[in-house]
Amino acid sequence: MAGQAILSARGLTRDFRGFRAVDGVDLDIAPDSVHALVGPNGAGKTTLFNLLTGFLRPSGGRIELAGRDVTGLPPERVARLGVARSFQITSLFPQLSAREHVELALQSSSGLGWKFWRSATLMRRYTDRAGELLDMVGLAELAEAPAEALAYGRKRALELAIALALDPKVLLLDEPTAGMGLEDVDRTVELIARVREGRTVVMVEHNMSVVGRLADTVTVLQAGKVLVEGPYEQVRADERVITAYLGAADVAH
Amino acid sequence: MTSIVDTPADAARPAVPSGLVTVARAPGWVRYALLAVGLAVALWLPNGLYAAVAVDILCWALFAVAVDLLLGFTGLMSFGHAAFWGTSAYVTGLVAIHAGLPFPVAVLAGALAAAVLAVPIGYLAVKRTGIYFAMVTLAFAQMVYYVANEWRSVTRGENGLQGVPRELFGLDLTDDYYFYYAILPIVLLGLAAAWRIVQSPFGRVLVGIRDNPARARALGYPVHRYKLTAFVLSGFIAGLGGGLFAVGHRFVSLDVLHWTTSGKAVIVVVLGGIGTLWGGVLGAGVVVLLEDWLSFSGFEAIGLVTGGIFVLVVLLFRRGIWGSAAALALRRMAARRR
Repeated sequence: MAGQAILSARGLTRDFRGFRAVDGVDLDIAPDSVHALVGPNGAGKTTLFNLLTGFLRPSGGRIELAGRDVTGLPPERVARLGVARSFQITSLFPQLSAREHVELALQSSSGLGWKFWRSATLMRRYTDRAGELLDMVGLAELAEAPAEALAYGRKRALELAIALALDPKVLLLDEPTAGMGLEDVDRTVELIARVREGRTVVMVEHNMSVVGRLADTVTVLQAGKVLVEGPYEQVRADERVITAYLGAADVAH
Repeated sequence: MTSIVDTPADAARPAVPSGLVTVARAPGWVRYALLAVGLAVALWLPNGLYAAVAVDILCWALFAVAVDLLLGFTGLMSFGHAAFWGTSAYVTGLVAIHAGLPFPVAVLAGALAAAVLAVPIGYLAVKRTGIYFAMVTLAFAQMVYYVANEWRSVTRGENGLQGVPRELFGLDLTDDYYFYYAILPIVLLGLAAAWRIVQSPFGRVLVGIRDNPARARALGYPVHRYKLTAFVLSGFIAGLGGGLFAVGHRFVSLDVLHWTTSGKAVIVVVLGGIGTLWGGVLGAGVVVLLEDWLSFSGFEAIGLVTGGIFVLVVLLFRRGIWGSAAALALRRMAARRR
């Protein structure tokens, strides 16, 4: 299994001052699949994301990308190796326009970003491709708007556009539909279904109908550990999962 | 615990005015008109002012632009830029005195020395952000100051380097009026370089890093290396100003490395407008003129006046002179379009 996984974790662990947020997680993401990470709040999903993308260093364990050890690499290296991510809390450049965001993302794989002696008009070489990507996520008309002026759903769409601009092998989406209205959720699901062609998608998602519509495999995390893993239907019916969610719901009420 | 580790606290981020570079957003004819006015003022300056003051303004304009490159466009407040200004002043002075080379060569040597010094300082400093970055740069600048103070055989300690020559192929540049025109092309080149850096693909990445370093990293940009490159470029431009300052005064004293020199550079940028680039040039003009006028009138507490104005600007016009004027102009234009 490990041999054919595009992204895999072995015994992945992360401690925060004595608190173990991720506890010996083994994970194998199959190529070209959509893999959902679910679990109650505090299960360690976002921490796991930050470990997989290099934003956090693991306290223990190992991460492999297509058989290559990427444990402890900084986020920019992980990104350059073909792992793009979106953030749970929208993370953009407030003063740059939507088009400038995508151009910046498209430029990152070239050396152009170092050329302080060249004119920024050179970035126009990315304008056409940026336009296509913005069109794809439904932002064509808002290309020149500064990110800070975009509505919430549009910002999420822009996040997706810049992640796609990196043309990643693996796309990690941290709650892509969080806080969205129904219409935006539908649009986002359609979009993910479209962009998954030829790449692997890993997503943290709370909305179970989104998970059901997209995911091939679901991993349920609880208290930093893998509770259950399998196809959506099977996981949904699992006793332990129901208990975990009901248990969390009990605490919440 | 689930937050991204690299994001600096918002409070530590400088209050950057909206707009990438306000001038870059203005229509073409406005840009050319501003450029024409700027060049005209630069050409006229020593006719309207005491030429030595005009020379100081040029030097400080380069210094301010260098600091704004970091403060306004990379989100890093250096509180130790005197290290680069002053190191270049000393190296320029020593080269000019001992090698007898034309002064532009000496200045270039000084600026290169400043850039070389910026590599280790920047390497260690860019790992920190906000106030910690400011403190690290200040600490290194203080180290440079003490080295210069102790290394008397070279720097002449408190006596300073005296008699820095204004050699340029035998031309007589003893008159500040002619010296001004001799350095103007170098200064304009330095300013143009800063403008190009800001308006380059590299500059676009810097703005991204300033506004959201974690996102820039997720896009694959090595944030520390970009910051370091900006730091070294800034050190070079500051060095250009410091070298010219040394030749302009024909004298280098320890003042060029003093922390108050770093502070004054930050004040000049804030006065002119952070993140506007040309605001720093304007701020340099205002501060140098004001200081000259106050000292000429025999007023002792110059710091009190410049400090007071600084406080007023920070409280009332946070975008500085250039930023406030540009915001007003853009609002007017937007209103007229409606």
